[in-house]
Amino acid sequence: MNEEHSQEDAVTVTGLRYAFDRTGTAVDGLDLTVRSGEVFGLLGPNGAGKTTAIRCVTTLLPVPAGMVRVFGHDVTTDRMAVRRLLGYVPQQLSADGGLTGRENVALFARVFDVPRRERADRVAQALQAVGLAEAADRMASTYSGGMVRRLELAQALVSAPRLLILDEPTIGLDPIARTGVWDHIMAIRAASGMTVLVTTHYMDEADQYCDRVALMHQGRVRALGTPRGLTDDLRARLGGDATPTLEDVFRDVAGSGLDDQGKGGEFRDVRRTRRTASRVG
Amino acid sequence: MSAAPAAPRPASADADGLELLLVPPRSRPAWRLVPARVVAMCVVELQKLRHDRTELYTRAIQPALWLLIFGETFTRINVIPTGGIPYRDYLAPGIIAQSTMFIAIFYGIHIIWERDSGVLTKLLVTPTPRAALVAGKAFAAGVKAIIQAVVVVLIAALLGVSLSPNPARLLGVLAAVLLGSAFFSCLSMTIAGIVRTRDRLMGIGQAITMPLFFASNALYPTASMPGWLQAISSINPLTYEVNALRGLLLDLPARLPLDFAVLLVAAALGITAASALLGRLSR
Repeated sequence: MNEEHSQEDAVTVTGLRYAFDRTGTAVDGLDLTVRSGEVFGLLGPNGAGKTTAIRCVTTLLPVPAGMVRVFGHDVTTDRMAVRRLLGYVPQQLSADGGLTGRENVALFARVFDVPRRERADRVAQALQAVGLAEAADRMASTYSGGMVRRLELAQALVSAPRLLILDEPTIGLDPIARTGVWDHIMAIRAASGMTVLVTTHYMDEADQYCDRVALMHQGRVRALGTPRGLTDDLRARLGGDATPTLEDVFRDVAGSGLDDQGKGGEFRDVRRTRRTASRVG
Repeated sequence: MSAAPAAPRPASADADGLELLLVPPRSRPAWRLVPARVVAMCVVELQKLRHDRTELYTRAIQPALWLLIFGETFTRINVIPTGGIPYRDYLAPGIIAQSTMFIAIFYGIHIIWERDSGVLTKLLVTPTPRAALVAGKAFAAGVKAIIQAVVVVLIAALLGVSLSPNPARLLGVLAAVLLGSAFFSCLSMTIAGIVRTRDRLMGIGQAITMPLFFASNALYPTASMPGWLQAISSINPLTYEVNALRGLLLDLPARLPLDFAVLLVAAALGITAASALLGRLSR
């Protein structure tokens, strides 16, 4: 793993540990480097510590042990600078149903200090970029799950983030909506060159869209590399003709522990996932 | 607070119609953050009220009943020493304070809803200091309260309460209502930060609204209370809000500097306490 803290790296995590009072250790000595401009996937089952790690990077959680930097800014001492560089889409579908799509995005333009004279144009461009220009003046409560996700993307993009952080962006969405969300992410990233840090437990998405992935299990990174590199390594090690998938790589590094999902710390995560899924319908 | 570095952006042919999304907005000086966030939160509150006005109408019912039934009846039986003014006049400022407090005291429920729905989480990852977010929410609650106050003033005027028509005094009324609801909404957000669930907050809200109301001079003068209740009343910000409103609306002698000073300090303490506990809602 890359141990040097280059200013060029989008995210540098060293020795991060985080334990919840009630549910115990979630992140247990995490080391991670996300390079500027790449799409980096943090993979793992529910309870692997992905969301906790992400919440430390986004300044939502304190960093009790270890160090986290975003483009060289320490997340504990330089929070405001870090937040200005971030676009964040949390796991839950979190648009405000009592506002229109446009108003939802305008709020984020305001809280990122977009000057008034360019606010309307910027908001319109963000909505355009995610294919919601037509639906912009409808109440967000009338949006489908995929549309809400794209609206959240527009909220995150309106401030031109250098680092877009997506926590399970396609959870609970149907396959077409999933592709739609990813297509928009990839198009904007191609235009802006922003870095994308995404957590997912859909291995196929990681395989298709991520430049590099880290496989996380029980609070640590167990394997790191390009999706292709990881599967090739496994094939070389196992021999035989079958091409392994990322999921096979995962089973290989996590061992039997992968099926052990009954740990207490996962309940909140699972409950969130279910709530999101039920809201999407 | 350090400014975000300007990001070098690769020019691209794909950037058609997205050019604004490639340039990060410049950060504002720190002293402008709080007012800017307060405006942002108030705008959202007004937009929501424009889309759904049901709350405005239903919230007008209770104060109307207080003034109409309680006020008229007690004006007739004339047992409360009001210093010579009709009881309905005496009561009107109390009901303005009470009904706006009721709105503010349940404002924490919005915060918990925003937390559960992820809206709060996203706001906490924007360049918004916790205190600015709380101040924004507190004044957004104040916007609701001001609208409510205007409605109650109109109802009171219709019922024949003789209110001061002086615009400066009416502005003072709005300021007192704004500060009062800033305090009570921060109290609510503080409790939200402690209990973290809607049901518990509802229970606590129900439990404290009536005591706050009865242990104030909204319905009767402090002087006619037993000593222990007078003591409680003298540390209840609602009492000072009612005093200010009564003085301003009915043109009575008042201790406005003291009342406003107490309301200001209470609001500042509330914002401090709520911002300290807001982080608990992001875990």
